[in-house]
Amino acid sequence: MRSGSNLEKVLSSGHFAVTAEIGPPKSCDPDVIEKKADIMRGIVDAVNVTDNQTAIVRTSSIAGGVIAIRRGLEPVVQMTCRDRNRIAIQSDLLGAAALGIKNILCLTGDHQSFGNHPQARGVFDLDSIQLIDMLRRMRDEKKFMCGEEMTVEPRFFIGAAENPFADPFEFRVMRLAKKVMAGADFIQTQLIYNVEKFARWMEMVRDMDLHKKVYVMAGVGPIKSAGAARYMKNKVPGMDVPDEIVERLQAASDPKEEGIKICLDIINKVRSIEGVSGIHIMAIEWETSVPDIVERSGLLPRPSLN
Amino acid sequence: MIIADRKPFDEIKELTSKAKNILIAGCDGCVAVCLAGGEKEVALLASELRMQRKMDGLEGEVEEIVNVRQCENEYVDAMRDNVEKADLILSMACGVGVQTIAERFPEKLAYPALNTKFMGRPVEPGVWKENCEGCGNCILHLTGGICPVARCSKSMLNGPCGGSKGGKCEVDPEIDCAWQLIYDRLCKLGQNDMLAKLMEPKDWSTSWSGGPRRVIKESARE
Repeated sequence: MRSGSNLEKVLSSGHFAVTAEIGPPKSCDPDVIEKKADIMRGIVDAVNVTDNQTAIVRTSSIAGGVIAIRRGLEPVVQMTCRDRNRIAIQSDLLGAAALGIKNILCLTGDHQSFGNHPQARGVFDLDSIQLIDMLRRMRDEKKFMCGEEMTVEPRFFIGAAENPFADPFEFRVMRLAKKVMAGADFIQTQLIYNVEKFARWMEMVRDMDLHKKVYVMAGVGPIKSAGAARYMKNKVPGMDVPDEIVERLQAASDPKEEGIKICLDIINKVRSIEGVSGIHIMAIEWETSVPDIVERSGLLPRPSLN
Repeated sequence: MIIADRKPFDEIKELTSKAKNILIAGCDGCVAVCLAGGEKEVALLASELRMQRKMDGLEGEVEEIVNVRQCENEYVDAMRDNVEKADLILSMACGVGVQTIAERFPEKLAYPALNTKFMGRPVEPGVWKENCEGCGNCILHLTGGICPVARCSKSMLNGPCGGSKGGKCEVDPEIDCAWQLIYDRLCKLGQNDMLAKLMEPKDWSTSWSGGPRRVIKESARE
């Protein structure tokens, strides 16, 4: 065991893992995170707490993670390179480990121009791959990036993200291989709506045997309406939403139910793809849909491993 | 070269409003080539400013001068006679030029009429793009001659991020994704293996992060 986290146990024992995303609020109200955490308890193996996603200031991911722990849930804490240099990241990671956080998702981070402080100076001292490498060395070599040793090392289960739908497509798997080489234990993908393209990407993953070295968690999420689908298709960078999805939502008499059905279909399809070890549900501002999705996917009860 | 762009006229009007005699000082170096602060631009700003000041009932003269390079003491010192008559030198050089004037004429006000933008080059008539950030430790031999530090919005050394689509950057569709360019070029050069290598974190101490920098060439010192 690298970290002994619940997520690591679920994945390493061969169970199909389920995680879900919860976004901390644009305030210091702990109730928001507690309520979201309560929805997820017993439904997912870990909750993923975002780090100022889309560069909008929110309660920090570490604080959100600690609140989740208090509510009996294991967090995956996101850590981006946008707002912190290597000094701050290592310090925050030590603090996170000291507070009981065991899973970290390493991201470069959304560019500050998308957020509510576009005037901010972006840091980007490291990129996500260098961040993964730094975490692995802290954990496995007990060393800071500078080479100095530490007495007690943070035992993290190291996650990374990959977007099979971004360009250049052929380079995406090579980049995944770099993340694995740097030390990623698990991968969360971008939201999948184009299952065919994802399947092609997984084929390339298997060709390089990467599915044997890293747990791939397929990113899924329900869409509430045709308008939301169109927005994701046209406005959200790195998203691939086929017209067929937009049309299905457009034609539906109950678009929300249709959105859940589409999500269930996608979960069903990605589960049967060799090398997919779990799903990560991103139901942004629709966390209440997660229990229904997991239940109807036949993924309950979640394994209880100690 | 250094690329600059003139400040909006209203801002220039505001920052010169308290001065009586103004010397607009252009530079025949980079800013002349990028059409921001050469002879023509100096003449244009001078006439705009004269007209505006006349309308505002302000007294005093607006004079013009252009020197070879505003970043070298000898050329700036040669302006002394013109500078004497002015209360304010409005520099149309890059930030280096403004500071050279401020240092050589400590008793005079030296204000910028341009915003200094970046180190880059013209890519088509009227369009200049950034190429170099002056990080102090060049890696262009590793990246197909395309700089990810200056040309990737996140300065990623192991890019591209998930926002690269159709060769464009998620930050602005007018920005080419540097990593798409690097990928294409390295593939063309048969250096695909470079893409698989892990690029180590950069030592930013050679960049501005290490504090204001200096270059010393012993052979040139007397």
